[in-house]
Amino acid sequence: MAQHTRSRAAYDLLSSMRFAISLLTVLAIASVVGTVLKQAEPYPNYISQFGQFWFPVFEALGLYDVYHAAWFLAILSFLVLSTSLCIYRNGPGMLREMRNFRELATERSLQHIQQRAEFELAVPAAAALSRATQYLTASGFRFRSVPRGEDGADTLIAAKAGSYHRTGYLLTHCGIVVICFGGLLDGNIPLKALQLSGQKVIETRDIPQSQVPPQSRLSPANLSFRGNVNIPEGTSASVVFQNVADGYLVQDLPFTVALKKFHIDHYSTGQPRDFASDIVVTDNETGERFERTIRVNYPFIHKGIAIYQASFADGGTRMQLKGWPLLSPRVAPFDVAGAVNQSTRITSGDTEIRVELSDFRPFNIEDLASNTGASSRVEVASVSKKVLDQLGSGAADNTKKDLRNVGPSFQYRLRDTQGQAREFSNYMLPLQLDGAWYLMTGVRGNPNEGFRFLRLPLDIDGRIDGHMQLRATLLDEKSRAEIGRRFARNAVSGSAVSETMRERLAESAEKVLQLFALRGFESVGQFIEKGIPQAEQEKAADVYVKVLEGAALEALQLARERVKLPPAPFEPQTLRFVRDSLTSVSDSFAYGAPIYLQLVQYEEIKASGLQLTRSPGKNIVYTGSLLLVLGIFAMLYIRERRIWLLVKPAQGKMLLAMATNRHTLENEHEFERHKAALAAAARD
Amino acid sequence: MELTQTQTQTLPQQPQSWLRRLSWFDWAYAAALLIGAGVALQLYGGYMDGYEKAILTGAALSVAGLGWHWKPVRVLMIVLVGVSLWSISLYQGELARADKAFFLKYMISSQTAIMWMCFLYAMSGVSYWAGLLARADGLTRTGSGFLWSATTMGLIGLMVRWYESYLIGTDVGHIPISNLYEVFVLFCIITSLLYLYYEGRYATRKLGAFVMLIILAAVWFILWYTFDRGAHEIQPLVPALQSWWMKIHVPANFIGYGAFSIAAMVGVAYLLASKGVMTRLLPPAEVMDDVMYKAIAIGFAFFTIATILGAMWAAEAWGGYWSWDPKETWALIVWLNYAAWLHMRLIKGLRGPLLAWWAVVGLLVTTFAFIGVNMFLSGLHSYGTL
Ligand code: HEM
Repeated sequence: MAQHTRSRAAYDLLSSMRFAISLLTVLAIASVVGTVLKQAEPYPNYISQFGQFWFPVFEALGLYDVYHAAWFLAILSFLVLSTSLCIYRNGPGMLREMRNFRELATERSLQHIQQRAEFELAVPAAAALSRATQYLTASGFRFRSVPRGEDGADTLIAAKAGSYHRTGYLLTHCGIVVICFGGLLDGNIPLKALQLSGQKVIETRDIPQSQVPPQSRLSPANLSFRGNVNIPEGTSASVVFQNVADGYLVQDLPFTVALKKFHIDHYSTGQPRDFASDIVVTDNETGERFERTIRVNYPFIHKGIAIYQASFADGGTRMQLKGWPLLSPRVAPFDVAGAVNQSTRITSGDTEIRVELSDFRPFNIEDLASNTGASSRVEVASVSKKVLDQLGSGAADNTKKDLRNVGPSFQYRLRDTQGQAREFSNYMLPLQLDGAWYLMTGVRGNPNEGFRFLRLPLDIDGRIDGHMQLRATLLDEKSRAEIGRRFARNAVSGSAVSETMRERLAESAEKVLQLFALRGFESVGQFIEKGIPQAEQEKAADVYVKVLEGAALEALQLARERVKLPPAPFEPQTLRFVRDSLTSVSDSFAYGAPIYLQLVQYEEIKASGLQLTRSPGKNIVYTGSLLLVLGIFAMLYIRERRIWLLVKPAQGKMLLAMATNRHTLENEHEFERHKAALAAAARD
Repeated sequence: MELTQTQTQTLPQQPQSWLRRLSWFDWAYAAALLIGAGVALQLYGGYMDGYEKAILTGAALSVAGLGWHWKPVRVLMIVLVGVSLWSISLYQGELARADKAFFLKYMISSQTAIMWMCFLYAMSGVSYWAGLLARADGLTRTGSGFLWSATTMGLIGLMVRWYESYLIGTDVGHIPISNLYEVFVLFCIITSLLYLYYEGRYATRKLGAFVMLIILAAVWFILWYTFDRGAHEIQPLVPALQSWWMKIHVPANFIGYGAFSIAAMVGVAYLLASKGVMTRLLPPAEVMDDVMYKAIAIGFAFFTIATILGAMWAAEAWGGYWSWDPKETWALIVWLNYAAWLHMRLIKGLRGPLLAWWAVVGLLVTTFAFIGVNMFLSGLHSYGTL
């Protein structure tokens, strides 16, 4: 007995609205957690975010993948159970109620209804009845007429309209059950079970797919999955990877997907317009081949598995690079060949460096106007001017921008023997800045920073070689004496100067060069700060820079002489080149790498990121959604109304009562309308 | 009643069927809409896919039905179509005309129309408040007039913007509901229309002042976004948004947002009145309560549809109908919230300040789902960042 009441109580609780609403509240709160905490990140990110103590606590709570945590799925299951019980409990009654005309209502019960009225019968009862029923039918009511009173002399008309309102309850609640059921089907409950029973084990090692053992593989018969795979152009894949917790599972496919080509189309403004992959799907069983192009929003579906365009990446673009030593007294460029996602070793002097090529971009659209600093934000425009500026079309005002494709770029990391790495981003083509041409190379210490750029000026022939030769000569200890001599000779040529003066000039040129070769302008500055009284520092700095520039000009001529080029003409362009070279060399000390890699040639290979899903629950969920929507409209927009008319010829009276299951303002208006109409039906 | 009549003739106020009550004007209006849609299909059908044709036809039918049900829409549509076509004809297929042609520059190019919209909304807000506080019906009627004209201007602005986007480039052209700037304009328009509908239904203009608060907040955002961020510039669509789903998903969502906003603003009025503030100025509590319920009901229905459409779109674009992406999750939270609200009211029969408070808090949740998610959380819906 006690057993019975307890299960009865559990049933009552589970099927109650209170319980359902509580579940919905918990569900909502749990969902918030999942949106605030980034889900399914690599575990080390969480460790650094929460620390060693909290990390395992949160892991145990499943907070890194809330929506697949056992407790979350349990709530969902309870919701299904509770709603089902609720339907089971209320549904039959609702259906009965829907069909029922409530013709058993008594006069006394009608007296208790709030909306009622009483009319005098001024016409024969039959006439009043006929008019009234005609009116009710025209108003969309269906009715049943039953005799009442001692001898059946009275007549009760029980009418109803909008009874389909009740189906709303059934449709919405069934809809919710169906949606949750479909969702759970597509969820990972079976996989969770396999994991718990130890039949499937998450793979956490970074190993080739073919070496992943069977207990971390899922068969093609797997009912539902959602996985990703990156396929470089010209290759194929027959598996996808399902990320689970801190590892992955390999899902074998019943077909092979080969990528022929990946395309990106661009708008004229440079934003991507379309991502598309030309794929060939070959069925493993039948050998059938399907050549298709999939695009974002246009997947291809085979054997219930949908193939989506999800992302893209570089697929191992091959590059020919030229390495230039930046701080060496010799010009000895060397060739490097590599591909994105591969690394090579190079030796620079006595140190060994690892080059990890990480990305390649065939073009880069940059807004060059914003780089020149021309568009300063401090403009004092009157309000009316500002408004007037905004009038017109919504088209972008491109006069403020200078969008240009500055060509390919590639990224790489240089890792030293201690494992320390810096990241570099180099443009292949020179860029014109402030009227001169440069090769740009960006550097950053960690991925969260922006790149800082080093400019390498091009020589008169538009090549990097001249700058590199000048650089080497400037830094070359052995050339210093010669540069000093030439500097002294040319600086004072023509006038009669003593030999000692000449020597002093040559010496100071050598000295400045020597300082400069230490750490660029920085070491020259330090020397001035230490060795020269403060009052004269500014003047001295001026002189030093002049001497340095003069010496650098001589270095340029010397360098050209050595490679059998005619001397550079003495003109502003040459001076600019020399100055830029000095800046560049000086900045190189902070560049953080002894070499510069110049992109000479490339063969682009793209990779397409595909997402493959099989979700048998999808159509179930859609069906449930349809039920839900129909139900909501039925529930909210069909109003159930019941009208009773009790005609009592003996007393010459007609009694009207109206009831609705919703209390809204319309009911009152509607009642007034019916009252007036039915009163008229009873009148002469 | 001295006439001797047959019974049927004396039948009082025989309810006429809905169709019979339509006037010749209603029929002409619907016919014009369908012919217009037909012409558009004839001229541009080649550029549309089947879904887009269905959406166009469906839109014509819905607007016809809406006009039949709510008569002022007919006039709105006639003005909207007339002015938009006039604007388009002034362009002569050249974007630069927006700065040269007088009417385009100062009246009906897209940005100008939207600026007018903002101005007229401000005037409307002022009139409604003055009318409410001074109990001057003339002023609230003026507010209503401003509200209609602002909304018309906003719609014209969007229509012309749609056209302008195609002038920039046929591949750039798209319906202007694709970024935060455009949907804020849409929000103002839809909220206004919903409110104007209730204004007619309940024959009271006293709630306009409160509803204008949220619309003016949106107007303020539009202006800030334009002047400070230059966000009004038409941008091409990212690949994920190039889908006919957008045309139905986004408007459905904004009917939801707009309706929830109205409910919250009426909730504020309700709470003030229940505390004795402006009680004499505002409509009776039952009316406000009923407006609140009606707004949440329609909002909930459309928000449900929008969420389902979103799921179907996601299934097509991202490969899964539900990814627990923050935007999706917050949509679910909003939905659960209003589902609970409706349960409390309809089943528990709850009324009064608690539900009004709930409607107000509901708007905070909705606002977070609408903008907060874009600002604070990352996810697949990353197009609307501030
Ligand atoms: C979120 C979407 C939902 C909507 C729109 C909705 C709507 C409604 C409505 C309008 C009713 C009143 C039916 C009537 O008496 O006419 C109702 C009743 C009820 N709902 Fe829901 N419901 C929803 C979800 C749920 C869920 C998830 C549960 C979970 C168990 C639930 C449990 C109940 C219960 C127990 C009743 C009481 C039935 C009765 O005693 O009359 N509802 N619902």
